[in-house]
Amino acid sequence: MTTTLQTNPKTIIDLTDVVKDFGSFQALKGISATIREGEFFSLLGPSGCGKTTLLRLIAGFDHPTTGAIMIDGKPMEGIPANQRPTNMVFQSYAIFPHLSVADNVGYGLKKKKLSKAEIAAEVDKALSMVDLAGYDSRAAHELSGGQRQRVALARALVMRPKVVLLDEPLSALDKKLREQMQHELRALQQSLGITFILVTHDQEEALIMSDRIAVMFEGKIAQLASPEELYRRPATKRVASFIGVMNFLPASVTAQTNKTLSINIPALGNVDVSRSALPIGFFADDLREIGIRPEMLTVLFDPSDTAQNEVTAEVTSNTYYGDMTYYGVLLPGQTTPVTISMRNTAGRSIAKPGSTVRVGWGAESVVLFK
Amino acid sequence: MRALRKLTTINWLMIYAVAYMIFLYAPVILLPMFAFNDATIIAFPLSGFTTKWFSALWNTDALHGAVANSALVALITAVISTLLGASAARAAAQYNFPLKRGIIGFIMLPLVLPEIIVAVALLVMLMQLGLSLSLWTVVAGHVLICTPFSIAILSSAFAGMDRSLEEASFDLGENRWGTFRRITLPLIMPGVISSLLITFTISLDEFIIAFFLTGTDVTLPVYIWSQLRFPTKLPSVMALGTILLTVSVVMLILAEWFRRRAARRQGLDAQAGGGII
Repeated sequence: MTTTLQTNPKTIIDLTDVVKDFGSFQALKGISATIREGEFFSLLGPSGCGKTTLLRLIAGFDHPTTGAIMIDGKPMEGIPANQRPTNMVFQSYAIFPHLSVADNVGYGLKKKKLSKAEIAAEVDKALSMVDLAGYDSRAAHELSGGQRQRVALARALVMRPKVVLLDEPLSALDKKLREQMQHELRALQQSLGITFILVTHDQEEALIMSDRIAVMFEGKIAQLASPEELYRRPATKRVASFIGVMNFLPASVTAQTNKTLSINIPALGNVDVSRSALPIGFFADDLREIGIRPEMLTVLFDPSDTAQNEVTAEVTSNTYYGDMTYYGVLLPGQTTPVTISMRNTAGRSIAKPGSTVRVGWGAESVVLFK
Repeated sequence: MRALRKLTTINWLMIYAVAYMIFLYAPVILLPMFAFNDATIIAFPLSGFTTKWFSALWNTDALHGAVANSALVALITAVISTLLGASAARAAAQYNFPLKRGIIGFIMLPLVLPEIIVAVALLVMLMQLGLSLSLWTVVAGHVLICTPFSIAILSSAFAGMDRSLEEASFDLGENRWGTFRRITLPLIMPGVISSLLITFTISLDEFIIAFFLTGTDVTLPVYIWSQLRFPTKLPSVMALGTILLTVSVVMLILAEWFRRRAARRQGLDAQAGGGII
């Protein structure tokens, strides 16, 4: 069963050209995507990008202006939220304040014609799934933020949904608890094998938890890819700057063959890259800039350190983070410094502003942009 | 020195506050005083304690009719204006529609319109429509002035309610009616009770509209007014007033208690926001 899921994942949600207008404001400008059964899928973007709107359309709280949503092979047009195989964990958790934990979790089961004993058993199972066994009779106001979040999750899972929708579920928690819940949610999702769709504006959270991420800006999907691909091969400058830090440098193509592109980067030198590094729909002549991540640039402290390519540059600033130091470095012919992150090691001092250093870099770490 | 100055400031404020309270409540305190006074003439010095004016009330049949009329009018008014108020409050708190402010403003207007104008206008209109005056016309007038109070009370109940609670219920398979019954109603219930109590009290005490719009059946305040023509009945009126006063105060305290309970349930600060009393 598991192997067939992995080798041939079934589509659980199919979005076709979904548009949503709110009066004259277009919140979604044509979203098409397929979400696979059993995957952890994230909608990532800044506030106002339409990610929550899209989630609410999938849940059935709102309806698309045009376009189609299919869940588990069935068109969802005209099907209200209470008849969809999806359940939502709300940003505010929406724990019913007048009901106990057990009554909150068992709320939806009362409509399913189960006996009292069956409901109690299901509720217990769901509560132990989220590590809240024994909290049945607690009142909502006696719970901490993290516990409320777990109750909201148990209340959704107990319905055995095909898809669990999570609307920024961790944004109200403090940093430590949030990191813990990120791992727990991911582990729970993997053990249950249910599709989770997470809405978040936190790129780190999306990278940690997801199988695939749709990055959204202004009502459109800018890129849909795995976390690694998204980080390594961002399709646009905007995606690149939204996910982590990216240094941009002017560049141009000087020569091209069937397999390789010869690129001149005034700040770093000449380099040959594989044509496969070009994003889809991107012609070599369109190249205007390259991007390189701070950790892909290396300050070569020791004279014996070597790299594929080297330039000499001047340190303009350093910021000490304990485990890491972030340098501002002015590359040859540039007016704005690039950022270089270096892991701190024993016995190595930190380069002072004004000092001259050798900077090493590799051709594979170069990302191409229009 | 500074402490002294502080003290004198507070003292002036205290004097003002006490004077204000005396001005406001001294006449009200006279009511029970003379209700228990053993004399027909309403004047100091008091002559002795008696409960005979209360027993006299017990034996007045016309009064019983008026009490029954008032109770009926107040009850129906409370239910209708709370229903209307709940609908309007929900619309105002949770939905956006064109001219919303204007519409809500017009509904709230009777709150500040002089009652005599409302009463005369209603009377003229009812006459034009050829309807005969009865307790029902009084109910109609009372609903008009009570609904704004109901909206004010229930608006805070709805505004404090997280909308995602209803969505969560819907998401968990419940339909709209079930969501209202299992989530919305229990959460606004204290506000509903508070609204019922306050609108009941307003209707029970209301005189002008009842005076203009009632037919042959009179309500309690109208009955009391009619009794003022007979000086010997005055102490009985005082006794009746005392009972009405007690009932009103108890109901308003209960209403406020329920409103605060509603706020607490929703995790809001009970002191802050929305209370009209």
